[in-house]
Amino acid sequence: MMRKLLVACVLGFSLSVQAAIETYQFDSPEQEARFRQLGYELRCPKCQNQAIGDSDAEISGDLRAEVYRMLKEGATDAEIKDFMVARYGRYVLYNPPLDQQTLILWFGPAGLLVLGGILVVLRIRQSKKALEEGESQA
Amino acid sequence: MNRLMVWLPLGVFAILVGFFFKGLTLDPREQPSALIGQPVPAFELTDLNTGQLLSREMLPKEPFLLNVWASWCITCQVEHPYLTELSEQMPVVGLNYKDTERAAKNWLQKLGDPYALQIFDPSGRLGLDLGVAGAPETFLVDSNGVIHLRIQGEVNDRVFAQKIQPMLETIQ
Repeated sequence: MMRKLLVACVLGFSLSVQAAIETYQFDSPEQEARFRQLGYELRCPKCQNQAIGDSDAEISGDLRAEVYRMLKEGATDAEIKDFMVARYGRYVLYNPPLDQQTLILWFGPAGLLVLGGILVVLRIRQSKKALEEGESQA
Repeated sequence: MNRLMVWLPLGVFAILVGFFFKGLTLDPREQPSALIGQPVPAFELTDLNTGQLLSREMLPKEPFLLNVWASWCITCQVEHPYLTELSEQMPVVGLNYKDTERAAKNWLQKLGDPYALQIFDPSGRLGLDLGVAGAPETFLVDSNGVIHLRIQGEVNDRVFAQKIQPMLETIQ
C-alpha cells in the first residue's frame, strides 16, 4: 500500500516536471549551474526588473538560447556577458563591474553612511561642548 | 550650525523634488542603445520580397531608417501609415523580425509596402545583434552605415520632430 502510494507520488511529480516549456541538455552539471547563474545575472531587456532566467518574455527566451549556444561552444562567462553588453548595453548586467562609471553605484551608499556618521559625531561633540560651556558658566 | 539644521531638510527636499520632477518625464523602458555610433552589424539574409541575398553593403548610401517590425506586432500597424508617409522623404529599410514569410507577405499586401528593402530575419539573429528587445524599433542610420538613433516603440510625427529630424540635420 505504502509502496503504491509512493510510486503514485513519484509519477505525479515527474508529470509536473515535464510541463516545463524549455528543455536544454547540458554536458555537465557545472555547465548547467553556469547556465542558471547567467540566467540570474543577465537582465531581460524588455521587462523592467526580471532576469532572463525568470522571464517569459520572448526576448528572454532568445537570450537564454543564445547563452546556451555560447556555453555549448565553450565560451567563458565573461565572453557571454561581453556579448550581451555589446548588444544590449550595461543595462543587461544585474551585477555591474566596478569601474569609473559605476563608482557612485558601488560606493555611494557606503559614502553616504560615512558622511551621516561624521555629521552625527560632529553634532554630538558640539552639543557636548555647548553643555560643558553652559556648566562652566553656571 | 543650528540655522543650517533648519534649512538642511528643506534643501534635501528640494533636491528630491528635482529628481522626482525629472523622473516624471523619463521613460524607464527607454534604454540607450549599445550600438549608437557603431556600424550596422554584418548580416547575410534574404530579401522577403525578392529572395535576393542581402548584406550590409547593400543598405542605402544615404541616411535611412531601419524599421524592425513583424506581422504579430500591433504597434507596427499603428506606425505603418506614418512610415509610408516618411518613405517619400527618406528610404525606409524593413527588418522583418521573427515572423513567418507568409504572414509578413500578407501583412505587406494588406497595408502596403513602403520599404526600400525588406530584410527577412525569421530567427531574430540580426535583431539580437542590433540589441532589439521587441518590435517595433527603428534605427536612424547615416550614409556610412553608422547607427545614430534608436527609437523603441511607435514612430510618429512627434518622435520625428523631436528626435529624428534634429539628428538627421546633424548627420546630413
